[in-house]
Amino acid sequence: MKILVPVKRVVDAYVKIRVKPDGSGLELANVKMSINPFDEIAIEEAVRLKEKGLATEVVVVSVGPAKSQEALRSAMAIGGDRGILVETAETDVIEPLAVAKILKAIADIEKPALVLMGKQAIDDDCNQTGQMLAALLGWPQGTFASKIAIDGGVIHVTREVDGGLETVKLKTPAIVTTDLRLNEPRYPTLPNIMKAKKKPLEIKTAADYGVNLAPRLKVLKTTEPPVRKAGIKVGSVAELVAKLKTDAGVL
Amino acid sequence: MATLLLADHTNKALGSATAKALTAAKALGADVHILVAGHDCQAAAAAAQLAGVSKVLVADAPHYAHALPEEVAPLIVSLMGAYTAVVAAGTTTGKNILPRVAALLDVMQVSDIIAVHAPDTFDRPIYAGNAIQTVQVADAKKVLTVRTAAFAAAAVGGAATIETITGPAAAGGAEFENAELTVSDRPELTAAKIIISGGRGMGNGENFTKLIEPVADKLGAAMGASRAAVDAGFVPNDWQVGQTGKIVAPELYIAVGISGQIQHLAGMKDSKVIVAINKDGDAPIFQVADYGLVADLFQALPELDAELKR
Ligand SMILES: Cc1cc2nc3c(=O)[nH]c(=O)nc-3n(C[C@H](O)[C@H](O)[C@H](O)COP(=O)(O)OP(=O)(O)OC[C@H]3O[C@@H](n4cnc5c(N)ncnc54)[C@H](O)[C@@H]3O)c2cc1C
Ligand SMILES: Nc1ncnc2c1ncn2[C@@H]1O[C@H](COP(=O)(O)O)[C@@H](O)[C@H]1O
Repeated sequence: MKILVPVKRVVDAYVKIRVKPDGSGLELANVKMSINPFDEIAIEEAVRLKEKGLATEVVVVSVGPAKSQEALRSAMAIGGDRGILVETAETDVIEPLAVAKILKAIADIEKPALVLMGKQAIDDDCNQTGQMLAALLGWPQGTFASKIAIDGGVIHVTREVDGGLETVKLKTPAIVTTDLRLNEPRYPTLPNIMKAKKKPLEIKTAADYGVNLAPRLKVLKTTEPPVRKAGIKVGSVAELVAKLKTDAGVL
Repeated sequence: MATLLLADHTNKALGSATAKALTAAKALGADVHILVAGHDCQAAAAAAQLAGVSKVLVADAPHYAHALPEEVAPLIVSLMGAYTAVVAAGTTTGKNILPRVAALLDVMQVSDIIAVHAPDTFDRPIYAGNAIQTVQVADAKKVLTVRTAAFAAAAVGGAATIETITGPAAAGGAEFENAELTVSDRPELTAAKIIISGGRGMGNGENFTKLIEPVADKLGAAMGASRAAVDAGFVPNDWQVGQTGKIVAPELYIAVGISGQIQHLAGMKDSKVIVAINKDGDAPIFQVADYGLVADLFQALPELDAELKR
């Protein structure tokens, strides 16, 4: 069973991003970039399946500028076998629909039994790509997975839903998107980081897959959300309750 | 042409998210029809009573019993000839289904809208709510999920017609197996007026029961948690508030033993009044708190409980 793992290079989760005052976008020069945390969970899960003998090959794919190679190398340091970078221009805006179309074309060629990907990219916070890919391929989907169990041509996916947990049974090939509790990704060891540098990495373009990257959404402006001002410190619980009753009127 | 709103429901009852998503759907300016897809479903009557809905479409069949996207997405697509927009609340159900619809329609979805400027122009948060994008949709059909915390619930008082429809045959491929849903008499997190959440500082799950629960009982509050508290197994996953958990905006949010990382703030910083109880006076949570109490929670929570009794 081959597993495809799409990974996105994003601004690191712990960077405080800044909005450009003229509304044109974000200050992204020289900020720390990382592999999207949910994708790290996806690659970890794929590698565990391979280690258990349930998967034969783990192929990692990224759509993005040349530097997205870093995300692919990180994924290969965790245990991905080879990478595909669909290289785009630094200035291109790549929407989930376009990513899903590229991934569909790659899935048609690679024929994985499972695509394991993040539920959400923490930059655009779209939470769409996996579901879109499932639609384009006509495959079943198990989103927001906190547990997966493979059983022949069937995969049981436990999903984190608003009311608790839900388990669905999917026929493979299928798409699974990861939630935070699926696993805790390992730290790649130095030898594995070195090994990852030598793993095969193919460079392609969207045109190779016949996909038009032109965005469907026009970003009119990017602004800072209203800033919440810090309030006051209270000295005691009694004072807190009094303030909530009288000043805030919420009790 | 009209707007189609996908109802969130449990087959027994209509979810509170639908009335909020309806407010966003109505802001598009067209007639709103609600789609209730379920099995042995009793949610249509409640949907028909929401003010401003002109029609409720009911698709009742075994393959719609569990809101599987493999089944509900083709149903929505089959209806879209008559609609210019499809809207769903940004619940785990809406998030699961709508992007599948969008891809089938070859449309880019706008996720988690927080404001409607025009039928094609919306605000949405990115980067854990640290920036707001205003986007205009070029596609003829709009596919939108709604951040329910940003919209007030539509009132009841409507009397829409209810029409039964038949969707495409079952697609198969996915099957519901089981659900372990948290049962509680408390208000739902996303509908609660008051929320009290605990973080890693709570130490363990028993302390949630011992220290937070009595306070929540007195306040009629829902209970929430940070990711750290959920990851540590103190409380169930559906309590998580934040960028990748639930987004809430209650009248009062009390954060106890939570440091206030951006991912947590993303889920609660639009609350009307925020209270933080933390023993570290420099914890970032105090930068957004209206009332901060620097204290050990093991002392402060019993005191709060006693104070509320008075
Ligand atoms: C991709 C991604 C997604 C994420 N999504 C979310 C999300 O949706 N929601 C979320 O919450 N987090 C999320 N996080 C995690 C987030 O970054 C933080 O790690 C998390 O919110 C920390 O939880 P915490 O505040 O409980 O723990 P900590 O940061 O460890 O803080 C514990 C706090 O408790 C205080 N404390 C300890 N003991 C006491 C005591 N006795 N009395 C009073 N105070 C005490 C400490 O001073 C400290 O401030 C996400 C992270 C990533 C990378
Ligand atoms: N440019 C990209 N390259 C590779 N994978 C991506 C890309 N964008 C999104 N993905 C995948 O899709 C998931 C969801 O992203 P999104 O729909 O943008 O929130 C991510 O966690 C990735 O697994």
